[in-house]
Amino acid sequence: MLKLFKHFGLYFIMMQKVISVPEKWNAFRRQLLLELEKIGLNSIGIVLFISFFVGGVVCIQTALNLENPLIPKYIIGLASRDSLILEFSPTMISLILAGKVGSSIASEIGSMRVSEQIDALEIMGVNSASFLILPKIIASLFFFPVLVILSMGIGMIGAWVGGLSVDVTTTGFIYGLRYEFISFYVIYAIIKTIFFAFIVSSISSYFGYHAKGGAISVGKSSTEAVVYSSIVILVFNFILTKIILT
Amino acid sequence: MIEVKNVSKKFGDTHVLKNVSCCFEKGKTNLIIGESGAGKTTLIKILVGLQKEYQGKVLFNGEDVKRMNNKETRRFRQEIGMLFQGGALYDYMSVEENIMFPLTMFTDKREDEMLERVNFCLERVNLQGKNNLLPSELSGGMKKRVAIARAIVMQPKYLFCDEPNSGLDPKTAILIDDLIQEITQEYDITTIVNTHDMNSVIQIGDNISFIHKGELWWKGYKEDLIKSENEELSEFVFASKLFKKLKKLS
Repeated sequence: MLKLFKHFGLYFIMMQKVISVPEKWNAFRRQLLLELEKIGLNSIGIVLFISFFVGGVVCIQTALNLENPLIPKYIIGLASRDSLILEFSPTMISLILAGKVGSSIASEIGSMRVSEQIDALEIMGVNSASFLILPKIIASLFFFPVLVILSMGIGMIGAWVGGLSVDVTTTGFIYGLRYEFISFYVIYAIIKTIFFAFIVSSISSYFGYHAKGGAISVGKSSTEAVVYSSIVILVFNFILTKIILT
Repeated sequence: MIEVKNVSKKFGDTHVLKNVSCCFEKGKTNLIIGESGAGKTTLIKILVGLQKEYQGKVLFNGEDVKRMNNKETRRFRQEIGMLFQGGALYDYMSVEENIMFPLTMFTDKREDEMLERVNFCLERVNLQGKNNLLPSELSGGMKKRVAIARAIVMQPKYLFCDEPNSGLDPKTAILIDDLIQEITQEYDITTIVNTHDMNSVIQIGDNISFIHKGELWWKGYKEDLIKSENEELSEFVFASKLFKKLKKLS
């Protein structure tokens, strides 16, 4: 319990240093562009790949579970749409990104810590926390929602392809996708994603920034970053769903 | 000049530094020597401000580092250059970007002015033309030289070197030592070197402080070091067979 309080304390002290006006806007812009590439552009492939296949599987499983002739086929499209928008794209993709982006952030900052690169920044008079972490948080806040929207779109294409394999017609599927569409669900998904982006980038940075020792410590911080980010994402998923949807 | 007055530091119940007082002179290469775990690195970390919790005073030209406000600390930090044990170069930046980094962060110089200064520093460490290489493409000795170039790019008043020769072959180690000494004399800066290497002590040590079990055990010039009767110091300095033979011969 005491360890948990220590983590909380150190996390908030770090965040206090992170949230400050950048010392040099040119340097900040450069770092931000680098992070947008590392966190965002480099994650597009995996997000699209996973979304397409999961979308297909969601549709096939829904179709196989709704074989009652009284239930219209378009319900398959509707159920796939809502599963993807409400849960799969924002939460599952954020969990996947916690693994990909979170471990990369923690190991990058952790390696910089153990190889004294962070000390070198501090000695020069650079606010190392802000210089290294703020661009990562901003890049995540910007790119996670983009990735989630892409995931929704590709997931639905995957669902359509999956639907074709279990005799769901294109017309029926599209009718289901458009049937009683509530646009607020997309806003809800984006709100959740913004929270998750902050959780993944800040918690992963925290574990990397406080790595001590050598390579083993970097590996440990990377694992802790993924585990704790995932736990906090799931807890916040519950809290945000309760607050926003009920 | 840097004055250390009654500095003590504890980690838990362990006293790492006990009431250390010493003085590092301007324009000289000041060496801190001692066994591993003696407290040398902690002392260097206190001097450069990486370790903020300690007892006692550290004065840079009479100014107490602890009493400086944020603005003063920022200015003071730009007067410090540090060479880390592993170089601590930024992996994703080229040699040129690494050296230029402090200039981009703390000056309003134009790109061409910064490049001119970078090239001057690269020439000073005999690495002209290596601007576009990445740290991963450099040898250990080259990394140290790039780190020296980065440390002097802002024309610091104080240069700190933590184990500058560790992991280097004897020939490259001599090259780094010579470079540190030349820079110290050329720019009239206060240089503090933390080392185990007795060759460095003999070659560049103007002013030597021997730390033993967290205490300042001996202080003096390299000429006095060889003649010293201090048992712990002799054991440390003449630990190798070669140095023992040399002592007998002398």
